[in-house]
Amino acid sequence: MTFLHNIGLYIIMLQKMFHKPTKWKVMKELILKDTEDTVVNSLGIISFVSFFIGGVITIQLALSTTGSFYPNYLVGYATRETIILEFAPTIISIIMAGKVGSFITSSIGSMRVTEQIDALEVMGINSINYLVFPKVIALLLYPFLISIAMFLGILGGMAACVYGGYSTMSDFIEGIQTDFIPFHMTYAFLKTFVFAFILATVPSFHGYYMKGGALEVGKASTKSFIWTCVTIVVFNFLITQMLLG
Amino acid sequence: MISVKNLKKSFDNKPILKGISCQFERGQTSMIIGQTGSGKTVFLKCLLGLHIHDEGEIQFNKKKIELMDESEKMDLKSSIGTVFQGSALFDSMTIEENVMFPLKMFTNMPFDEMLDRVNLVLNRVELENSNHKMPSEASGGMQKRVAIARAIVNDPNYLFCDEPNSGLDPKTAIVIDNLIKEITEEYNITTIINSHDMNSVMEIGEKIIFLKNGVLEWQGSKKNIFKTDNQSITDFVYSSELYKKVRKMYLNS
Repeated sequence: MTFLHNIGLYIIMLQKMFHKPTKWKVMKELILKDTEDTVVNSLGIISFVSFFIGGVITIQLALSTTGSFYPNYLVGYATRETIILEFAPTIISIIMAGKVGSFITSSIGSMRVTEQIDALEVMGINSINYLVFPKVIALLLYPFLISIAMFLGILGGMAACVYGGYSTMSDFIEGIQTDFIPFHMTYAFLKTFVFAFILATVPSFHGYYMKGGALEVGKASTKSFIWTCVTIVVFNFLITQMLLG
Repeated sequence: MISVKNLKKSFDNKPILKGISCQFERGQTSMIIGQTGSGKTVFLKCLLGLHIHDEGEIQFNKKKIELMDESEKMDLKSSIGTVFQGSALFDSMTIEENVMFPLKMFTNMPFDEMLDRVNLVLNRVELENSNHKMPSEASGGMQKRVAIARAIVNDPNYLFCDEPNSGLDPKTAIVIDNLIKEITEEYNITTIINSHDMNSVMEIGEKIIFLKNGVLEWQGSKKNIFKTDNQSITDFVYSSELYKKVRKMYLNS
């Protein structure tokens, strides 16, 4: 019952997000600030994780595909497919649910606890539009982050493969180019947009509707992380089934 | 002027406000007092539109808010200044940005004009040269003064304060109380203060409304408080020995 109630509340929040828009001059500043907080400030961790996980994926693939039975380019091919189809869009989104999601929940939750949201409402400002809408727009740049994750993941894979002595640079590059299906990029970026929307709205929902004090802000952040992950995983399955199944 | 008639509000079938009727006059500092859980905050939030009341009516300048359309409600909200219990300053903004916020949202003033207005109200609350401080760098009393500056920057017709001096030392509390009273008279606004600080009540309360279990138990001026024989309010106001003595002295004189 609570689950259904929350889904209803989430849909109402999405509707309210488009009502009574905030003045563009103010909204522009909010979007820039949220872009910095959510996208620009995530570049470092995303780059670091992508490069090294890309390397690990390649080493594991190389170790499990040794022998004359497998073509030399297979490691590059498998690395590309793994990173483009799943690692960059989905796993990075789950990492972002921890980093950006908990930031969004705790910042909005703290505003709820300290009556800042009430202050906005009393002034006649649509607090949902003011707080959530700029995050949704800012995270439209999320695919840019994912494309960097794809590039660095493959680069990390290539570095690990070549410098680890598992394959040659030319074999790896041949693998990256073999049987490339452009639709896989469309699929990856399409789900990235869906995940960006989830990353902006689910944590906002948990922060906006939280009740209680500082302890509850922490609890709401944890809950928000769990539900963002669950929603991303479920939508990942649905989109994959619809587009690739 | 704000007029309230038979205001009722329940949460989960539990009545919190049980038919409150009263009036708040322009240029006057009215205080809502009562014990914790008496319905003061719910009453204030109903007046502010943060809670929708179940029954009764609220009129701002003889206009019922229940009959107002969205644009009328927006106009009304932009004429209300609010000071929250915890100040509710936006912690990502400087003091200057906090005070400028209502001007940015509701006016098309050029930046220099907004800055002049911000400096004027910051001077009024004696916070010159604090423009670029963050709220976290300000003391409790300073934060309250910033909240008051933000509340009056738009020239409001109404000022609502929810326990404006909670958490402040007695001296700073008196400064804040006097500031609110002076601003009320200077700007000729309708001020409603929610408090259970008896010092504030005796200091600046021109009209006092006492709530008990969601019912308006007593209303009158601070002078009437000394004379009343209403047991509920005397139990509440004269719970401390000091006030018992003050009352005795007042009645003897």
